[in-house]
Amino acid sequence: MPQPDREPDLADREPAPEGQPPYLTVRDLNVRFRTEDGVVRAVNGVSFSVAPGRTLGIVGESGSGKSVTGLAVLGLHDPRRTEVAGEILVDGRNIVGLGESQVRRLRGRSVAMVFQDPLSALHPYYPVGRQIAEAYRVHHRSASRADARAQAVRMLGRVGIPQPERRADRYPHEFSGGMRQRVMIAMALVNDPALLVADEPTTALDVTVQAQILDLLADLQAEFHTAIVLITHDLGVVSQVADDVLVMYGGRAVEQGSVAQVLRDPQHPYTWGLLASVPTLRGDPDADLTPISGSPPSMIHLPDGCAFHPRCRYADRTGGRSATEVPPLLPTGEPGHLVACHLSTVDREALRGTAIGAQV
Amino acid sequence: MLRFLIRRVLSATLVLFAISVLTFLMFFALPRDPVTSMCPKNCNPARLERVRAELGLSDPLYQQYAGYMKGIVLGRDLNSAEGGHCAAPCLGYSYINSEPVSRTIARVLPVTLSIVIPAAVLWLALGVGLGMVSALRRGSVLDRLAIGFSLTGASLQIYFVGAVLLLVFTYTLHLVPVPHYTSITQNPADWASGLVLAWVTLAFLFSAIYARLSRAQMLETLSEDFIRTARSKGLPKFRVYGQHALRAAITPIVTIAGMDIGGALGGTVVTETTFGIQGLGRTTWDAVREGDLPTLMATVLIAAVFIVVANIVVDIVYAFIDPRVRLG
Repeated sequence: MPQPDREPDLADREPAPEGQPPYLTVRDLNVRFRTEDGVVRAVNGVSFSVAPGRTLGIVGESGSGKSVTGLAVLGLHDPRRTEVAGEILVDGRNIVGLGESQVRRLRGRSVAMVFQDPLSALHPYYPVGRQIAEAYRVHHRSASRADARAQAVRMLGRVGIPQPERRADRYPHEFSGGMRQRVMIAMALVNDPALLVADEPTTALDVTVQAQILDLLADLQAEFHTAIVLITHDLGVVSQVADDVLVMYGGRAVEQGSVAQVLRDPQHPYTWGLLASVPTLRGDPDADLTPISGSPPSMIHLPDGCAFHPRCRYADRTGGRSATEVPPLLPTGEPGHLVACHLSTVDREALRGTAIGAQV
Repeated sequence: MLRFLIRRVLSATLVLFAISVLTFLMFFALPRDPVTSMCPKNCNPARLERVRAELGLSDPLYQQYAGYMKGIVLGRDLNSAEGGHCAAPCLGYSYINSEPVSRTIARVLPVTLSIVIPAAVLWLALGVGLGMVSALRRGSVLDRLAIGFSLTGASLQIYFVGAVLLLVFTYTLHLVPVPHYTSITQNPADWASGLVLAWVTLAFLFSAIYARLSRAQMLETLSEDFIRTARSKGLPKFRVYGQHALRAAITPIVTIAGMDIGGALGGTVVTETTFGIQGLGRTTWDAVREGDLPTLMATVLIAAVFIVVANIVVDIVYAFIDPRVRLG
C-alpha cells in the first residue's frame, strides 16, 4: 500500500492553476436527519471547493459525515427525513432547495458518483452494458439504443475491461471486484461529468487492485479534466491522488489544506492520531501502531465544545475551553491551511513530534 | 437445463408415487367399509361379499394397488360389473355412481381452474400493487389503510367473507346471481357472474397476504445500494421504483405465487363448499366422505401433480428472472 512517507515530494505537486474557478463550492453545509432516536447532526458547517482537474480528499472515520457530504453534493438525501442547509454551488448554481426534477438533470450528467461496494451498487439483474447505456440514454434522449450501447462498450474499453463488446452482456456477478469497480467508473463517466464524487472507491478491493483503480481515476481525470471529491478513511489513498485534504470529525472540518500542508505539517491532534495509526515502511517493523483511543462520537449527542476533546490527549492544556467552546476553523499562517483546535501554535509545534511518533 | 429438468421430473415422479401409496393405505386404514356405502339399504352379508369380490376389495392391498397403477400406465380389464375394459390412463369408475373417474375429472377440473386463475390474477394485481404503493408512501394514510387491509384479510376466513358477500350482494342487493358454474365457452358473461363472488373472496384474502409481503420486499429493496446508484444516474423516480426496484422486489413474490396457485388448483374445498360449486376440491371431499376410492385417488394425484409442477415451473421462472441462479 502506498505510504504517506513513501510518496515523492508532496510539495512538488502542481498548485491550483491560477484563475481556474472552482466547479464545486460548498459553503457552511449542514445536514441533519430526523430519526426515532433524535436528530442526527451528520454534517455541521463544512465548507470546501474543488476546481476542474483537481482532487479533494475527504478523510475521517466511519460516521464522521464524509459520505453524507458526498450524497448531499448529488442531492441524494430524502427531503422528507433530511434537512440540508448551506450552499452547494455546482458550476455556480446552488442545488440546495432545488426541486428534485432539476437536481435529477444534474445527476449522472454534471455530477456523477462512484460507490464503495460495486457488487451491491450495480443492479444484479441487468447486464452491465445495459446499466451503462441506461445512464447515457437518460441524459441523451435522442440517442438510439444502438448509440447508447456503443457508448457503453466504448467506456468499458476505456476503463480497461478486455473484450468490452462481449463483456457488456455480462451480469455484475460475473466480474471480479476490480472489474466491477471499473464498470462503476465507466457508468459514472459515460456522460463526461465535470465532477465525480467517489465514496470509498477502493475500500472493498484488495491492495493491488486498489492501486490500479486509483491510477485509472488519475488517468481519466487527466483526460477529461474532471474535478474529483474522493471520500476515504485511508491516508495512503489521499497522499497518492489528492491535491487538497479535508479532515472531518464529528461532522465538522477539523483541518483542511493542501496534501503537503496536512500530511507534512499536520496541526490537529486528530490528524496526528490518523497519521500515527498508519503503518510505515521506514519505521521499526516491530513497533506497535498507535490507535486513537476511544470511539467516534454519537452524532445525536455530540460532545460539547470540541467534538474530539473526550479522545484528545491534550485537551487538558486548553484551560477547559475544549469542553465548552467549539473551536473555530482558523488559518494556521500557511495560506490555505486551516485548523480547528484550541491548542496554541507553540503547543502544537511542541507536541506534534511525540504524538505522531518517530515515524515522521 | 435439460439435466435439471430430467432430475426434477424423476424426483417429482417419486413424490407422486409416495403420495399414491400413502393415499391408498390411508383409505384402507379408515374405520369404514367402502362397500356399505354402495348398498345403503337392504344389504345382507352375502350381497356385501359379492360386491366386495367384484371390486377386488378382498384381494391383498399390494395387488389392488398394483392393479390400480397398471390401469393408469397401461389400462386394465375390469369385470363386467365395473364396466369392462378401461384404456390407459385408466382412473377406474366411481364406486358411487359408476361414472368413469376421468369423466368426473373432466367435468370438475375446469370449474376449479375457472375459480382459481381469475382469482389469482386479481389477488396478484391487487396485492402487489397495494404493497408497492404503500412501501413508496411509507407512513402515509394510504400505507396505514393498506396495513389495516392486510391485517383484516389475514384474520378472516373464506366461509365468513364468502357468506357475508353472498348475503349482501346476492340475497339483499340482488346484484349478483346465486353462484353457479357455466362453461366460459358457452356463455362468458354467465361464467363470470356465477363465479365473481368466489373470485372476490379469494382475491381479498390472498391479496392481503401479498400486500404485506410485497410491501416488506419493496422496503427492503429500496434500501439497497443499487437503488441509490439508479438515482445517482439521474433516472426519474418512476423508473427507479417501477423498473429497478420492482424487478428486484418481485422475485421472491413469484416463488410464493407459484406455490399458492399450484396449491389452489389442487382444490379450493372451502371456497367451493361456501358457494355451492362442484369443483375438484369438493369432489375430493365427497370422495373421502363416501369412501369412493377411485375418485379419491384421482383427485389427490391431480392435486399433487399441480403442486409438483408448480414447484418446477417456479424454479425455471426464477432462473429466468435472476441471472445469478443457475439450473443444474
